[in-house]
Amino acid sequence: METANGPRKKKKTIRMIPQARTPAHEQDPSVRARNFEEVNCGYLVEDAQLEAERCLMCPDQPCVRGCPVNIAIPDFIERITDRDYRGAYDVITASNLLPSVCGRVCPQESQCEGVCTVGESLEPVAIGRLERWVGDLAIKEGWSNVPYIEPTGFRVGIVGSGPAGMACAADMAKAGCEVTVYEAFHEPGGVLKYGIPDFRLPNSIVDAEIKKLEQLGVRFECNTLVGRLFTIEQMIDEMGFHAVFIGTGAGYPSFMGIPGESLNGVLSANELLTRCNLMHARDFPAYDTPMQPGRRVVVIGAGNTAMDALRVCLRLGADSVSCLYRRSRAEAPARAEEIHHAEEEGILFHWLASPVEVLDDGNKGVRAVRCVRMALGEPDESGRRRPVPEPGSEFEIEADMVVYAIGTNANPIIGQTSRLKLNKRGYIATDANLATSIPGVYAGGDIVTGAATVIQAMGAGRHAARSMKAYLGLRGTDFVYEERPDGADDTLFGIDRAEHGYARVRLPR
Amino acid sequence: MPDATGGSGFEIVAREDFSDVTYLLEIRHPQLAKAARPGQFVIVMPHEHGERIPLTIADFDRDRGTITLVIQAVGKTTREMQRDCQVGTRLFALVGPMGIPSHIDRAKKVLCVGGGLGVAPVYPQARAYKESGAYVIGVLGFRNRDLVFWEEKFRACCDELILCTDDGSAGIKGLVTEGIRQAVAKHPDIDECVAIGPPVMMKGCAEATRPHKIKTMVSLNPVMVDGTGMCGGCRVKIGEVVKFACVDGPDFDGHLVDFDDLMFRLQRYKPTEREANAKFDENCRMRNITQAAGGSG
Repeated sequence: METANGPRKKKKTIRMIPQARTPAHEQDPSVRARNFEEVNCGYLVEDAQLEAERCLMCPDQPCVRGCPVNIAIPDFIERITDRDYRGAYDVITASNLLPSVCGRVCPQESQCEGVCTVGESLEPVAIGRLERWVGDLAIKEGWSNVPYIEPTGFRVGIVGSGPAGMACAADMAKAGCEVTVYEAFHEPGGVLKYGIPDFRLPNSIVDAEIKKLEQLGVRFECNTLVGRLFTIEQMIDEMGFHAVFIGTGAGYPSFMGIPGESLNGVLSANELLTRCNLMHARDFPAYDTPMQPGRRVVVIGAGNTAMDALRVCLRLGADSVSCLYRRSRAEAPARAEEIHHAEEEGILFHWLASPVEVLDDGNKGVRAVRCVRMALGEPDESGRRRPVPEPGSEFEIEADMVVYAIGTNANPIIGQTSRLKLNKRGYIATDANLATSIPGVYAGGDIVTGAATVIQAMGAGRHAARSMKAYLGLRGTDFVYEERPDGADDTLFGIDRAEHGYARVRLPR
Repeated sequence: MPDATGGSGFEIVAREDFSDVTYLLEIRHPQLAKAARPGQFVIVMPHEHGERIPLTIADFDRDRGTITLVIQAVGKTTREMQRDCQVGTRLFALVGPMGIPSHIDRAKKVLCVGGGLGVAPVYPQARAYKESGAYVIGVLGFRNRDLVFWEEKFRACCDELILCTDDGSAGIKGLVTEGIRQAVAKHPDIDECVAIGPPVMMKGCAEATRPHKIKTMVSLNPVMVDGTGMCGGCRVKIGEVVKFACVDGPDFDGHLVDFDDLMFRLQRYKPTEREANAKFDENCRMRNITQAAGGSG
């Protein structure tokens, strides 16, 4: 059988491939629980080779459909087996500019790896680890894919430099737009910087990925609070932006409204993580931002943010760190690997327990958390079994710090300062193309959907970019054009019919 | 230390020292000067290793393209800024304007109360009320005469000005609440009061106006990190509800604010603050020793 890449190799069967998933090198739990170095040290080249062998190259390719940005996964894995690592990188970056980030933080078990054909009988191919390996190799080798970009004269403004904004910026820059990304913090990166700790995603990796965006011509403007310094309307009407993308994230952390929440020692995971990660409070007093020392910490929630908060507290030197979650381990929304790592490091998990009161130590500090045991009842609207408190099952956990990681609400700033239509929960209302109620203004990521994952936000950023290109009249520029090696180009009047973007139907004023 | 070499950052174009603890910085940021409204604040990060501190905008000049901050050197960061922020140096980060601008009502008679550090941020409100045609009564409180600043600036926009000092060395002797009492006695028709200053002072003002049912707005200054509604460190109790001062405020109805809760929450980082201050003292001492040694050698 012939393909564009030459003869296909002999068809593999499940019996021919290495049966066991290649393990990633990890720091020992007892060592890593006291440092901020990366837990998962990734693959070596021989690991990547071995794991790549496990891909069946099945014709169905469920993994591609499972990926929110539809990376051509079997293609890049095949190039790893061919030792064409640069080629593997090119395949990934055709769909995803941030392989080092996504390889680390995507919930692969519920995306590509969750539907992998190998996974039907064995452990699925470790797609995330392979993606990360390729991305890290690219950073090490200094590879970057800066395509030929023909300037269109369109100016695009992006609000928020997190994953949604970065993905949208990349696509718009590749389409020839002049892209400016605004960030309220003093450094770009959004949740990748302030939220996800270094032991899971080092800030140096985020910086390397941001540098690639700058190579595409994207400009980052920090210290800019859009809405307050200037409004979305002003961006369109006065500042000369032809299109705007809003990716400001969900932000505003939730609390439960139980007694004792205003005690000193109660804080949101956002605050804890921002102080520790972005502001380097862990290096106080070399950095000025302080952090309250927690000896006995209770974190409420069991999502990825909760896992990050738990493990950060452990690394900051807490004696005991406990997780409280009202459902059971099976329902916990965190990535499987994060829960596994947290358990290995000695985090105590109280499944099926919910806080009812934070108790005062008599000096406005925290003494303990009073909790109640929960049981799982009938499934609710989300399909998960609803937790119900068991009467008379109250117990106390001693604590001097309580961290809330139970989700976030919509950040109100854009809503306060523009006439954009919001939905009844305060998130920005969009249509199926992610267009908002103001022409030329698009939105995506957590500020539209509520809290989700990094890759979903990136997917939304790319989706919005497609809509913005259509709005601006830019054609198919996300298609990466490659000449056919067999020379049999399908041309029409000398123009390759597969080559998109050669005609522009709308020009800027 | 703030960067003096130019390039990135936000340039300090003027500085004035009101006393050995209070100083004024005027910073160039034309876009911010254009956007700023009374009652809003900024977050400043003096250098790359610094912390982000919220400061209320004391003034803005759209023609000069500058904003003015009046700062009291109390913590490590503000003391370090007092030492290092000279004209021509640059702040590493400056973001704003943050918070919901003060609602300048169509009040006919307004009391603008500023205590200590709150004197500066109440100025844009007094001016805005004056421009909206209100009769403005200023009440300013200082510890003593040497700490008084901006008296002329206030006289220019207030129809009446009551100066209060703890020791009576200037104006009347007593706290701003005494000034409020006198103003209310003379003007029974005051519609609104704006009070800015330390929490204990704002609490006193709210109590002073409560019996007269004068609407009293206060500007809260809790601990915050980002100032954009993301960390929740600045949550305050307003009546029965919890609000974030950075995005829901910073102005709130003083008669509903739980000031005791605010004051306790402001103590959160006291131990680390003490540690940082001690370290800073030690650094300054070492620096002086080295400089003295360098000078003689």
